Amino acid sequence: MVKVMVYPPTSMILADLVERTGHEALVVSKEVRKKVNTPGLDSPPLNMNPEDPKKGLKYAAVDVPSGVRGRMSLLGPMVEEAEAAIVIKGDSCTFGCTGCARTNELTRFLLKTKRIPLLELEFPEDEFQAKQFVHKIREFLEGLN
Amino acid sequence: MRSTKYVVTGQDSEVLPSDIALKIYELGREINVKETCFGVIIDGEEEDVEATVTEIRAMDPSNIFIKDRGFPPGDPRRCRGHRGGGARPGFYMMEHESEILPLISRGLEAEARGEAVPPEIKAKKRPSLEELEAMINEEFS
Repeated sequence: MVKVMVYPPTSMILADLVERTGHEALVVSKEVRKKVNTPGLDSPPLNMNPEDPKKGLKYAAVDVPSGVRGRMSLLGPMVEEAEAAIVIKGDSCTFGCTGCARTNELTRFLLKTKRIPLLELEFPEDEFQAKQFVHKIREFLEGLN
Repeated sequence: MRSTKYVVTGQDSEVLPSDIALKIYELGREINVKETCFGVIIDGEEEDVEATVTEIRAMDPSNIFIKDRGFPPGDPRRCRGHRGGGARPGFYMMEHESEILPLISRGLEAEARGEAVPPEIKAKKRPSLEELEAMINEEFS
């Protein structure tokens, strides 16, 4: 079983496809879950504890917007843990709660420089693309075994 | 450790959220179920949830999608009833993805049938200078 990071880290489709093949999907909700169970935080991930900015500082300098460092405190440990990654290119799908362009760029950069098996795709727009999308992901994940 | 999961049914699925809820009740595990318009939210001990997820997926393998959730169901920090309405954080990503779920379901069905993958359509590219020159020579010589 390989730990596969999916990006966007909230993606249901990618997390589902990864877990279907028996691997572990690294998704942001698992990180949030750890914080939900931590007493003393009113509303994670909007609230932080004193340790979180230190984690974020490891990836982004102090003059980088605090939102990037805050997000990296969640995403950074996931990148370090990842043994493979599937990344969706295209802006519209990362325009939700992960809607920070600089964090997106930084995370992709960290994944690329980590030199782990990496698959970059775009979300399908028609049935042909969808068949290729599912096939490529399945081949990639089976290749990890 | 407790775990919470979203179970989302695709638009082409014949399985209703109430069918999934009934199936979970039948299994008799200690799991909280919350029915929603897109599927169900299940919450319980990790081993129970994992075992239940496998059985739910078997109901319609290509149309049921499962995702982890950080907050337990009805948590006042996320529940719209406690926050005065409005879309729940994370709704937009799910909405975006649910639009392409039918396509993914068809892709999964094709994989399950062992269908050949359609060839990739190469993007149209402009002719290079040499190709253009060759075309002009061919046409006007």
